[in-house]
Amino acid sequence: MSTALLVFRREFAGYFATPLAAVFLAVFLAVAAGMTFFMANFFDRGQADLSAFFLWHPWLYLVLMPAIGMRLWAEERRSGTIELLMTLPVQPWQLVFGKWLAAWVFAGLALALTAPLWITVNVLGSPDNGVILASYLGSWLMAGAFLAISACVSALTKNQVLAFIGAVVIGFLFVMAGFDLVLAAVRPWAPDVVVQAIAAMSFIGHFQRITDGVLEAPAIIFFVSLIVFALWLNVQVLDARKAA
Amino acid sequence: MVLVETRALVKKFGAFTAVDGISFSVDRGEVVGFLGPNGAGKSTTMKIIAGFLEPTSGSAFIAGHDSRADSIAARRRLGYLPEGAPAYPDMTVASFLEFVAAMRGLSKPVARERLAELVERIDLAEVWNRRMDALSKGFKRRVGIAQALVHDPDVLILDEPTDGLDPNQKHEMRELIRTLAPNKAIVVSTHILEEVEAICTRAIIIARGRMLADSTPAELLARAPARDPSQTQIVRTTPLEDAFRHITLEQAGS
Ligand SMILES: Nc1ncnc2c1ncn2[C@@H]1O[C@H](COP(=O)(O)OP(=O)(O)OP(=O)(O)O)[C@@H](O)[C@H]1O
Ligand SMILES: [Mg+2]
Repeated sequence: MSTALLVFRREFAGYFATPLAAVFLAVFLAVAAGMTFFMANFFDRGQADLSAFFLWHPWLYLVLMPAIGMRLWAEERRSGTIELLMTLPVQPWQLVFGKWLAAWVFAGLALALTAPLWITVNVLGSPDNGVILASYLGSWLMAGAFLAISACVSALTKNQVLAFIGAVVIGFLFVMAGFDLVLAAVRPWAPDVVVQAIAAMSFIGHFQRITDGVLEAPAIIFFVSLIVFALWLNVQVLDARKAA
Repeated sequence: MVLVETRALVKKFGAFTAVDGISFSVDRGEVVGFLGPNGAGKSTTMKIIAGFLEPTSGSAFIAGHDSRADSIAARRRLGYLPEGAPAYPDMTVASFLEFVAAMRGLSKPVARERLAELVERIDLAEVWNRRMDALSKGFKRRVGIAQALVHDPDVLILDEPTDGLDPNQKHEMRELIRTLAPNKAIVVSTHILEEVEAICTRAIIIARGRMLADSTPAELLARAPARDPSQTQIVRTTPLEDAFRHITLEQAGS
């Protein structure tokens, strides 16, 4: 475990070694606020809650999480430092977990910086703070799922741009999975189980259950399992690349 | 005592065979020079020994530990300088070496002592707090060596440790390797043949993935073809170069 934390520390510090972190945080805040105020009519709704803010998170993360996660392995492969890392006497999962954790905590930091919004709605009215807290945690968990996917894709290539695109495409499938449009396209030819399985993969569906404050446990289990699975797959990818 | 052993290593990248049946062993106290033309398979072989790549067939052992089945134990005994001495550009020399020491399980006091010794020995004091993307090639390579020595391993695999160094630094690197040699098994790849005479107790020549020679530098010299005195050389070569060219070009011709 302490090995994973060492990796975490190095990686997390890496985010701040360049102005990239500040740029990213600024973009994140600007887009999150922009989507909330302009696209979801935060003020016109006359409702003191943050659902307009959380509504856009799956779409926001679809692009921003791959941007955080794309470098995790691809950069190491490009620069050759992966040879140093992979020849240390440590287990691959410790590296995988430490790297993902760094990205996840960084995403958590970005999310935490939106706290003024939370304060604002409390000044404007009296929102259900329990639901807002659950939404924040759910949002962070969903970010973790996007990041685990991004990390896994990043391990496949030394090209960060490819890693980004791959992660966005896969993330897009998970975001779209719950839409009637997609399900209607699948339903005519696929057995019911498959349709249900696809619907059950929906990021938006699970996230909405959390932000609505209902049925949180299955959604949490979903995101956690997906994270664990993607990280497990990340380890397998690293293993497979050795034999390539 | 055999510290490095490879048995019939084969590595294929798709249909291309980069390493084709490499077997050798290295005892404590030996410095083995790994020679061969570009693309011969030197780095690939070293990556397999270090456990970064898996062989298509065959196996590699470090201090008796299979680099695949028992990889953690094997890596504990190994210091590895990858080709090009990769380093994290955003880290300082200090934080990088401390990171490697910690990852290798050295406690803080032990690491501090060890790093202080290495700073001295490898002459890193002036760049200690500099970011690694601001280092010259020579210092980068020295940090790479320091990284490989942090845990005082029994086995050193160094992929072109003197590449890109100026003559003075080359000399220092060779001296360092010489002083380390008695207690370790060392494999160095190089394109500089004089280096082989200077530091190696044995030389292995590979080309196109095959082993063409495994002998002492002196024996290698004996394989140099006799010079034709009537032919004047446009570029002067050393006898060892003659031997190298003879051995590797002979295979290419066949
Ligand atoms: N990942 C890879 N995929 C495909 N081919 C590879 C890969 N790595 C190496 N090769 C090929 O294998 C051969 C051996 O490469 P290697 O790097 O081991 O040579 P080398 O002896 O170290 O050469 P140099 O002296 O130039 O460093 C080369 O032809 C190289 O192109
Ligand atoms: Mg090489």
